[in-house]
Amino acid sequence: MDLEREFERVVAAEHRVEPRDWMPDGYRKTLVRQIAQHAHSEIIGMQPEGNWIGRAPSLRRKAILLAKVQDEAGHGLYLYAAAETLGADRAELTRNLVEGRQKYSSIFNYPTLTFADVGVIGWLVDGAAICNQVPLCRTSYGPYARAMIRVCKEESFHQRQGYELLMTMMRGTPAQREMVQDAVDRWWWPSLMMFGPPDAESANTEQSMRWRIKRHTNDELRQRFVDMTVPQAERLGVTLPDPALAWNAERGHHDFGEIDWAEFWRVVKGDGPCNAERVAHRRQAHEDGAWVREAAAAYAAKKRERAV
Amino acid sequence: MDNAYEALADEGEEKHWAFGTGFTAALTGVDRALPAGVERADLVVYCLMLGDDALIHAQRLAEWCSRAPELEEDVALANIALDLLGQARLLLSRAAEVEDAGRDEDALAYLRDEREFRNVRLVEIDCGPGPGGDFATTIARLLVFSSWRLAVFQRLTASADPVLAAVAAKGIKELAYHRDHAAQWVLRLAGGTDYSRERMIAGLTQVWAYTDELFTTHPVETALGGVAVDPADVRAEVAEVLDTVLSAAELDRPEVTQVAALAGRAGRDGVHTQALGHLLAELQHVARSMPGAVW
Amino acid sequence: MTDASWPLYEVFVRGKRGLNHVHVGSLHAPDDEMALRNARDLYTRRNEGVSIWVVRADAITASSPDEKDPFFAPSGDKVYRHPTFYAIPDDVPHL
Repeated sequence: MDLEREFERVVAAEHRVEPRDWMPDGYRKTLVRQIAQHAHSEIIGMQPEGNWIGRAPSLRRKAILLAKVQDEAGHGLYLYAAAETLGADRAELTRNLVEGRQKYSSIFNYPTLTFADVGVIGWLVDGAAICNQVPLCRTSYGPYARAMIRVCKEESFHQRQGYELLMTMMRGTPAQREMVQDAVDRWWWPSLMMFGPPDAESANTEQSMRWRIKRHTNDELRQRFVDMTVPQAERLGVTLPDPALAWNAERGHHDFGEIDWAEFWRVVKGDGPCNAERVAHRRQAHEDGAWVREAAAAYAAKKRERAV
Repeated sequence: MDNAYEALADEGEEKHWAFGTGFTAALTGVDRALPAGVERADLVVYCLMLGDDALIHAQRLAEWCSRAPELEEDVALANIALDLLGQARLLLSRAAEVEDAGRDEDALAYLRDEREFRNVRLVEIDCGPGPGGDFATTIARLLVFSSWRLAVFQRLTASADPVLAAVAAKGIKELAYHRDHAAQWVLRLAGGTDYSRERMIAGLTQVWAYTDELFTTHPVETALGGVAVDPADVRAEVAEVLDTVLSAAELDRPEVTQVAALAGRAGRDGVHTQALGHLLAELQHVARSMPGAVW
Repeated sequence: MTDASWPLYEVFVRGKRGLNHVHVGSLHAPDDEMALRNARDLYTRRNEGVSIWVVRADAITASSPDEKDPFFAPSGDKVYRHPTFYAIPDDVPHL
């Protein structure tokens, strides 16, 4: 079919697909799912760090953290906007999230237990997110790619503030250094899981690569993240909790230990430490706000009537 | 760390969309000397009064983060909280500087006890998202507080203390925005549904009981003539602003008994509601539990 | 759960003087005034001195309005608008 061949040509030529273009149903569905999950991740991701805004131990850190969590709301909005260009409806996507029908990044189903977690999330979780997201700035769907450009610019500030916090804490008291190491121990493996299942088990990778929605495989990105992070950890003076972690000169990469995939799947399937809490929090905010959204809509309707 | 990711992406696109997060240490070039004829201790207290108002209100507003009625409003409330936090930092830094006792903004924010805080009680009470209020209560407080503070800051731009004048000049743009945001929501909640109108009236009634304190002259404000603003002077002006908003929303000004002070003393004298202690317990916990730590 | 969802607005921002307004994304708002304010908070983080337009998405008329249309092909009768119409020898620099 002509339309399909034209679509394939545009994608293969690294041109961008735009909202009103013809696209295969599968492409549209894959994108809506991926962008929505990405948006949900930003919104749910506000909670673990938001947990520390009230207790941030200096006013500068409080301002940085609040600005960061606010950015995440902004990123969620950019991404929902991109999903809406594909005909998705944000209210519907929100319902999918609060009713547990659509997923978000599993990393946010882990609890933030000390203030060092704020730093480690910035460094490792945002670092992993950047590895995942930077290639998406060149993804084939135009509005998604453009949203990602904005997101990535802001994310790099997030990662830097995290690393800077950790450097400061490592120069502080022994108790602070212990706190940082403890946070690294808890977040390292879940961060590696952020890249998704190994390529051999990744259901959607192949088609998504062909459509240029994804640009690198899960394992490629995971390796890149490990290679990038190891020297940063050394510089920081923390130990990554993996005895198998070692430079492999032959491969030109770091080898690392086996990820606990049983835990990964458990959390993905809803049985992580905070899954229920995160969704309940979002649902509560959404339900508590219903009367406000309704009031504003009613006010606008009355004003329109009066104007006629 | 700078360029670790560049290899993954095309550079050079849409550079003009890199937005800063804008909490700069403003006020460069402002004369920071103690103005002639000013009692050091008085100026410290006055800076704490205005600084604590902003800090405690910011702490309350930040509680909405991830809980606002819509994501767009989450962003808006966080912006307002960030503005107030910025004002608090400038004012507490000024207090520390004038005090000249080796404290800084963080020592003042994190290591003072409840009785040493100088904020009005209006900003410390729970107006939601906690059980003490809801979005309408929060908006009611924001309207009253930002209308009052804007009027005070407009006069403060003429302060004999160049630092206070500069803080005020920077703050009035922010406060005008906060007031406008609150007013827009008062119109919508009052004119929306029956339920939202009921909530708006309840919210206004709740916060109105703490308004007198805003306009009560404190001895420090009298002593600092030319430096401080006497809040009694802005009472009529603020009432007019609030009446304008209320009448546009077809609401009456609440008739409520003011929450009593304790033997004439209230927030400005460090005599607070029970809510402040809990708020400070959260705000100060980490900072206090790790003495000697650096953040 | 009753839900009154707000309409979608498209947002255009003039980043600085001398530039056109550029489409930056969209958002939801109950009405025009709130859309403008939300746009300022979201897309400019209240950067002073920029200009913002908001317009309800359903008020925009666009070419190629239905999905049956093929990709935008360069209009056949106006190839002169496209730089590749002009054959330039490869050894001409900077063009």
